[in-house]
Parts: sequence; C-alpha cells; structure tokens
Amino acid sequence: MSDEAVGDKAVRDEGKGERLVGLVLVSHSAQVAASVAELAQGLAGGGTAVPVAPAGGTEGGGLGTSAELIAAAAASVDRGAGVAVLTDLGSAVLTVKALLAEGDELPAGTRLVDAPFVEGAVAAVVTASTGADLAAVEAAAAEAYAYRKV
Amino acid sequence: MLDADFFRRWMTATATAVDREAERLTALDSPIGDADHGSNLQRGFTAVTAALEKEAPATPGAILTLAGRQLISTVGGASGPLYGTLLRRTGKTLGDAGEVSEEQLTQALRAGVDAVMALGGAAPGDKTMIDALVPAVDALGDGFAAARAAAEEGALATTPLQARKGRASYLGERSIGHQDPGATSSALLIAGLAEANGE
Repeated sequence: MSDEAVGDKAVRDEGKGERLVGLVLVSHSAQVAASVAELAQGLAGGGTAVPVAPAGGTEGGGLGTSAELIAAAAASVDRGAGVAVLTDLGSAVLTVKALLAEGDELPAGTRLVDAPFVEGAVAAVVTASTGADLAAVEAAAAEAYAYRKV
Repeated sequence: MLDADFFRRWMTATATAVDREAERLTALDSPIGDADHGSNLQRGFTAVTAALEKEAPATPGAILTLAGRQLISTVGGASGPLYGTLLRRTGKTLGDAGEVSEEQLTQALRAGVDAVMALGGAAPGDKTMIDALVPAVDALGDGFAAARAAAEEGALATTPLQARKGRASYLGERSIGHQDPGATSSALLIAGLAEANGE
C-alpha cells in the first residue's frame, strides 16, 4: 500500500507527458506474452515509444510464471512514471501480487491492472502513448472489460 | 522454545517429504490440474535447502522469510506465490527473535494462512491447501502431532469437494472425487513440523 502511495506521488511529480508509463505483459506462455506485446504496439500505431516488455513462461522456456522474468521486465520498462502489469491467469496473477507484497522486488509505482489480457494491453499502450499517467492507463485497460462483442 | 535449528529441520524435513512424494503429488494433479505440482514443489524446496545452506540465516523469522522468497522465485506455478506468502508472512510475524514459543509460532502461522487466503481468495471448503492448513493451525495448541493428524484429515476430506478456486474449478462437478494436490502438500509441510520436533 505504501508503495502505491509513493508511486502516485512519483507520477504526479513527473507531470503529464514527460515520461511514459511502462507496460509488462505476464502470460503462462512466452509466445502469448510476446505476441500480445507486438499486437498492442502494432495497433497503437507505428513508432509508439511506450516501453512494453513481455514476461512469458518459465525461465526454462516452459509454460508457467517466472518471478525473475517479471522483475526484469518491470525494471526494463520503468521510466519513472509507473509500470502497469497485465496478466493472464492463475500463477501469473498470484506471482505479481506476491512480488508487490514483497515491497522491493518491482519498481516503485508498479501496479497490477485488473483487465482482459489482449484488449487491456491494446487500451493500455494506446493510452500510455498519449503521455497519460498510470491511473489513466489503468482505467483504460480496466474499461476494456466493458467492451461487449455481441 | 523453538530455535533456528528447529526451523531449519522443519524446512529440510519438508524438502525430503516433497522429494519422496513428488510423483504422488503430480499424479494427484493430473486429473484436476496441469500435472506439475510435485515437480514444481520439488524444484522450490530444493532451492530452499540450498539457500538455507548458503546464507545460513540465524533466526526463525529469517529462515522462513528466505524460504518463502525462494519458493516465489523458483516454483513457476501458483503454489510458489501461495507457499511463498505462507512462509514469508509467518517469518515476518515471528520478527527477529532468536527463539520463539509454540504459541508464537501458532499465531504467526495463522497470520501466514490468512495471507494465503487473502492472496488466492480461497476459503475453507473450496478444495485448496486452506482445507489442510486451517484445521492444522486450529489443532496446533494440542501439539505438532495433533496438527499433523488434522492436516492429513483435512487433505483427505477434500476428495468429495467440488473445486471453487484455481484451474480445477473450471472442471466443475468433475473435480469431485479427487484429493486436492495442494491440500496434500500442505499436509506434508505440517508433518515436517512434527518431524522437526522429533515426533
């Protein structure tokens, strides 16, 4: 909780548009995480500067979740404006929550975003590319739940 | 009083039991899970014993905190953050005392189990590790052997339950009739306490 407070302050202090929110995509599958990252960046328009890092599968390349890959991905996209983490399910969700509870494993201002994985990632990257802050990126990703297909 | 050596023995005994039972845990995880529970926990507890040997933490709290950290980073499945949170929260609750009473351990374990329930959202009766851990903590006041018996009974009692959390919950009624792998490994962890106490 205190980390979120610190993160909020950091985001406000940066001012809008100066630094972009980073995005981490955590899936049980390395291919899914990498493909969704590619898809989201592609749909956001060429040349978007939003830092997006996939953290898929285990370190050994199997299906699962790796705390080390998540921590490394989060560090790699941290530009000081916060990091939004989207996950698929099960251990991906639990591992990110456990890392956040550790306090020092993920950059300050890292947040687990409750959003559908693919649609949420696209919404997050598009929103982040406008220079929006972490709260706005989170809201846009979560809003993707409301997008009905029939 | 329980000293650091007791907690080292607890982790070592659990690692040995997980090693011995890995195939059975994975077999239980085949019909209702993704058949990796035994191998995942085996990898995790192997890392726990290696880290304890290398870093030699001096207090009960530091031992459990380090063990939990290892599980979160090495298991690769949902049991990693769940068991990792259990041990870390228990360890943090014990603080930096050199020795703790059985009563303090009981209270700390209860805090750890509460943290697992908060993390995974499971309640008793959902066919999860909670169904072994809650009765075990409730019985700890009567000693480690009583806790071991309560955990084993709790694990067996998951067989007729329908899973309401995790991957097995997608199976609905088809999850009925299978003993829960997480409750089974939780019983091994609690049995490790009795073993560490020479029971």
